[in-house]
Amino acid sequence: MDVGLYNYWAVIVLMMTGLYVVISRSNLIKKLIGLNVFQVSVIMFYISIGKVKGGTAPILEEGFEVYSNPVPHVLMLTAIVVGVATLALALALVVRLHGAYGTIEEDEIAEIDTRETNALESNAREIGAPMS
Amino acid sequence: MSASSAAALAVLWPLLGAVCVALLGEKRRNLREAATLVTASSLLVLVATVILPEVQAGERPRFELLEVLPGLALAFEVEPLGMLFALVASSLWIITTVFAIGYLRGHDEQHQTRFFVCFALAIAGALGVAFAANVFTLFVFYEAITLSTYPLVTHHGTESAKRAGRVYLGILMGTSIAFLLLAMVWTYFAAGTTDFRPGGILAGKVEGSALAVLLGLYAFGTAKAALMPFHRWLPAAMVAPTPVSALLHAVAVVKAGVFTVMKIVVYIFGIDLLQTTGASTWLTWVAAFTLLSASTVALTRNNLKARLAYSTISQLSYIVLGAALANTWGVIGGSMHIAMHAVGKITLFFCAGAIYVGAHKTEISDMRGLGRQMPFTFGAFLVGSLSVIGVPPLGGSWSKWYLALSTAEADHLVMMAVLMISSLLSIGYLMPVVGRGFFATPEKAETTDHHSTPREPWLCVLPPVVTAVGCIALFFFAESIYQLLNGIILR
Amino acid sequence: MIEHLPILQILVPMLTAPLCVLSRRPLVSWGLALTATWFALATSIQLLIRVLAEGTQSYELGGWPPPWGIELRIDLVNVFVLLIVTAISSVVLTAAPRSLEKEISSDRHYLFYAAYLLCMTGLLGMTATGDAFNVFVFLEISSLSSYILISLGPTRRALHSAFQYLVMGTLGGTFVLLGVGMLYMVTGTLNIVDMGARLGDLGPNRTVLVALAVIVVGTSIKMALFPLHAWLPNAYTYAPALVTAFLAATATKVAYYMLVKFVFRVFGVELAFTALRLDAVLMPVAILAMFIASTVAIYQSDVKRILAYSSLAQIGYMVLGLSLASVTGLTGGIVHLFNHAIMKSALFLALACVVLRIGSTQLNDMRGLGRRMPLTAAAFVGAGLGLIGVPMTAGFVSKWFLVLAALESGYWPVAVLILLSSLLAVIYIWRVIEVMYFQPPPDDAAKLTEAPWSMLGPTWVLVGATFYFGISTSLTVGVASQAADLLVNGAAP
Repeated sequence: MDVGLYNYWAVIVLMMTGLYVVISRSNLIKKLIGLNVFQVSVIMFYISIGKVKGGTAPILEEGFEVYSNPVPHVLMLTAIVVGVATLALALALVVRLHGAYGTIEEDEIAEIDTRETNALESNAREIGAPMS
Repeated sequence: MSASSAAALAVLWPLLGAVCVALLGEKRRNLREAATLVTASSLLVLVATVILPEVQAGERPRFELLEVLPGLALAFEVEPLGMLFALVASSLWIITTVFAIGYLRGHDEQHQTRFFVCFALAIAGALGVAFAANVFTLFVFYEAITLSTYPLVTHHGTESAKRAGRVYLGILMGTSIAFLLLAMVWTYFAAGTTDFRPGGILAGKVEGSALAVLLGLYAFGTAKAALMPFHRWLPAAMVAPTPVSALLHAVAVVKAGVFTVMKIVVYIFGIDLLQTTGASTWLTWVAAFTLLSASTVALTRNNLKARLAYSTISQLSYIVLGAALANTWGVIGGSMHIAMHAVGKITLFFCAGAIYVGAHKTEISDMRGLGRQMPFTFGAFLVGSLSVIGVPPLGGSWSKWYLALSTAEADHLVMMAVLMISSLLSIGYLMPVVGRGFFATPEKAETTDHHSTPREPWLCVLPPVVTAVGCIALFFFAESIYQLLNGIILR
Repeated sequence: MIEHLPILQILVPMLTAPLCVLSRRPLVSWGLALTATWFALATSIQLLIRVLAEGTQSYELGGWPPPWGIELRIDLVNVFVLLIVTAISSVVLTAAPRSLEKEISSDRHYLFYAAYLLCMTGLLGMTATGDAFNVFVFLEISSLSSYILISLGPTRRALHSAFQYLVMGTLGGTFVLLGVGMLYMVTGTLNIVDMGARLGDLGPNRTVLVALAVIVVGTSIKMALFPLHAWLPNAYTYAPALVTAFLAATATKVAYYMLVKFVFRVFGVELAFTALRLDAVLMPVAILAMFIASTVAIYQSDVKRILAYSSLAQIGYMVLGLSLASVTGLTGGIVHLFNHAIMKSALFLALACVVLRIGSTQLNDMRGLGRRMPLTAAAFVGAGLGLIGVPMTAGFVSKWFLVLAALESGYWPVAVLILLSSLLAVIYIWRVIEVMYFQPPPDDAAKLTEAPWSMLGPTWVLVGATFYFGISTSLTVGVASQAADLLVNGAAP
C-alpha cells in the first residue's frame, strides 16, 4: 500500500467516528462535537488532495518546478469559516434549548415534546381519527 | 348565432345561472327560483332551436376554447349522441327545478341557495360532457360534475350524509384518477391525440390484449356508469334530497357515465376494431352480471329510493351492454335507452319524493293503500314503471327492442336471455310498489294517528305526471330520436 | 448595468440584509426587504427574457474567465428556478407584517427580515452559480439562515426542530462538500461545465461512483427525500407560518435543482444512468416516498404537518421524474417543481391566515372554518384541488407529464403507482375540507373576522396562479421542456 494513502484512512476513521457520535449521543454538545469531527475530516481530505508528490509550497521561486496545489487549501478557508458559523449558531440554539427545556439531553427533550403532543391529541381524539 | 358558439354558450349558460342564483340568495327566494327556471328554459331553447337543427342536418359544430398542452385542447364538438344527452339533461332540468322548489319548500330544507347553485353547476358539467370534443374535455367536465354534486349528496350535513359523501367522492374520484386518467394518457401516448373521431383513433395503435385492458380502464374509470364492483356510490348517494336523486342519479350523473362509455366505444375504439378483435367481449359479461345481480338486489330492498337506485344500476348496464356488443343496433339501442330510461326513472324518483313529502313514507312496506290517497302520484309511478320495464306503448319498449335486435345481430343468445330475465326481475321489483299502493288495505291505526290525509304540494305532483306523459309521448316520437342517432357515423 | 444583472440579483438581497439589521424598525426593514425581493423578481424576469432571446448567459465574477474564475451561469433551467424562488419570496414577504405580529415579538422583526434575505441570497446563489464549490458555500448561507428562521417559531419545539435540522443539514452540506472534493480530485476543475466535459471523457471509475453516491445523499438530505426526510416535518410544523410558506416553496426546490444540476450537468445521463444506474436507486426511493409520506399525512392531526408530509410525497414525484432520465420525465419534474412551489406556498399562506386568527393549525380547531373565514377556507380548497391534480389546475399538468413519461419509458406499473398515490392526496386534503365545511364550529369559539387583505391578497394571487398555470402552460411547460431537452441531450449551451 502506498504510504500516501494513510491520510485517507485517517479521513475515513475520523469521518465515521464523527458520524457515530452524532447518531449515538443524546447530549447536544457531544452531538456538536461529533459534527465538528465529521466536518474536520472533510477538511483534512481536501488538504490531502492538494498534495503533489515532491511539490513545494506554491510560491514562485527559481529552481522549483513542482508546486503543491493551493486551490483546495484556499477552499478550506471558506469551509472552516462555515464550520465555525455553524457551530456558533448551534451553540446558541443549545443555550436557548437549555433555557426552554432545562436540559440539553435530547432524549429528555423528546420525552417532554411527546408528552405535550399526547396531551394535545387526547383533546382532539374525536376529530383526529383518520377516515374510515 | 352560429351553432358552434351556441355549443360553448350552452355550457356557460348554467354557470351564469349559478352566479345569478348565488347573488340573489335566500332573501329573494322567488326571484332566485325564477332565475333557475329562466336559465333552464332558455338553455333548452338554445339547445333545441339553435344547435339541434344543425346537427340534424349533418353538421358538427365545433368550438375550440383553449389549448392546454399541444394536442390537448379544451374543445366542444356536437354530434348526435351528445346532442341527445344534452337535450335530455336540459329538458329534464326544467321539470326537476319545478319539483325541487316544491320539495325543498314543502320540506323546509336548509341551504337552498347552495342547492340550486350546485345543481346548475352539475348541469353545466353534464353539458360539457355531452359536447366534449375529446377525452380531455370530457374528463375535465366529468370531474366538475363529481365535485359539484358532492355538496348535494352531503346536503343534510349529518353523519350518515358525510359518510355517504366519502363513498361517493372516494369511488367516483378514485376510479377517475386511477383508471380514466391513466387510460387517457395511454390513449394520448398511443395515438398522439384524444379527439373523438368517427371510426375511432386506436386502430393500429394499440393491439391485442392491451386493447381489452384499455377498454377496461375506460369502463371502470367511469364509475358513474356504476359497473360492478364500482357501483356502491349510487345507493350511498341516495341520502341526498330526492330532486338530486331524480335528476343527478337518474339522469345527469349516471348518464354522463354511460354516455362516456358509449362515446369512447364509438369514437375512440370504433366498433369495427372492437368487433374484429373481440376486445369488448368480456365487458358484455361484466355488464350482464351487473344487470342481473343489481336487479336481484333491488328485489330485496324495502327502502323505495334504494330499490330505485339498484334498478338504475341494472338499467345502466343495458347501455353498457349495448356499447360492448359493438354493433349498429347496440349503439342505437344503448343511446336511445339513455333518453328512455332517463324519463322513466325520473318519474319514479319524483313519485318517491312526492310520497316522502306528502306522506313521509320511505319504506315500501309502509305504503299500503297509499295509492288511493295519492292517485296521481301512484298513477305516474305505474306509467314510469312500465316504461322502465319496457312495455309498449311506452318509450322504454323501443330501446329494449333495439338492444334485443343487437344481441340477435351479434348472435349472442345468452345475452338475449339475460335481457329477458332482467325484464322479468324489473316487473318483480317495481310492480309490488304499485300493487301495494292501490290494492292493499291501509293500516288504519297509523294513518289516523299522524296524517289524516297525505297531501303533497301540487309542485310535487305535476312533474311526475308530466314526465309520465313524456314516457307515453316518447313511444310515438321514437322515430325522430332514431333518425338523430342514425346520424352517428360509426365507421 | 444590464450585464451585471446575474450578480446583482444575489448581491442586492445580501447587502440589504445588514441594512435591515441597522434600521431596527419593523416597517422600515420590511420595506427594505420587500424592495430587495421585488427587485430580484424583476431581475429574474429580465434574465428569463434575455435567456429566451439570446441563450445561456455567462457572468465572469471579477472578470476572471472560466474555468479559472468563478462563473455565474444562467441557462434556461436555472433561470426558471430563479424565477419561482424570487416570485414566491416576494409574494410571501408581502404578507409578512400582519402574519409576524402574532408569532414573533415586534422588536425582533428586523432580524427575521435579515435572515429571510440571507436565506434568499443563498438560494439564488446556489441556483445561479456555475462553480461546484460555490454551490456548497451558498448552500450553507441559505441553510444557516433557514435554521434561524425556523428557530423563530412561537413554541419551544421550534428550537428543537431547528437544532435537528441543523445537524441533518450540516451533514448533508458536508457530504456535498466531500463529493465536490472527489470530483475535483478526478477532474482538477471546479467549473461545472468544465467538470462535466472532463468526466465525460474519463468514464466511470470508483471515485466517480463514490462522488455520485455522496452528492446524491447530501442533496437528498437537503431536499428531504425519503428516507432522509426526518428533519422536515418538525421543521415545517413548528416554524412560523410564513417561514414554512417560504421554505416549502423554495428550499427543497433549490435542493432538487442542485441534484438535477449535478446529475445532468456534471455526471451526464450516460455516466449517471447507463454506467452507474442511478435510476435503480432513485426510482424505488421516490415511489416509496410518494406512498409512505402520503399515507402518514392521512393520519396527522395538525394541518401544517399534513402538508409537510405531503411535501415529502411531492418531492417523490419530482425525483421520479428525474429518475426516468427522459426529456418528458424531467419536464414533469421541473414543471412540478414550479407548480408545487406555487400550490404549497398558497396552502401554507392560507394556514398563516388561520394561525393569525385562531392561533393554531390543529384540525380540531379548524372546525367550521368554511363559515367563519370563508375566503381563507376557499383559498385552501382551491390550492388543495391543485395538489390533488384536478384538471385545469397546475397539479394536473405536472401529473400528466409524469404519467406520460412513465408510459414512454415503458414503466407501466410506475404510471399506475403515480395515479394511485395521488388518490392518497384526495384523502388527506378532503379530510381538511370536510372538517372546515361540515363540522360545526366549537361551542366556545369566539367570533372570527376574516384575515386581513394584506395576507389574503398574496394567498389568492398564488391560488390564482395555481389555476392559471393549469390552463395556460406555455410558460411552464414551454420553458421546462426546452430546459429538460438541454439537460438530457446536452445540447449546445
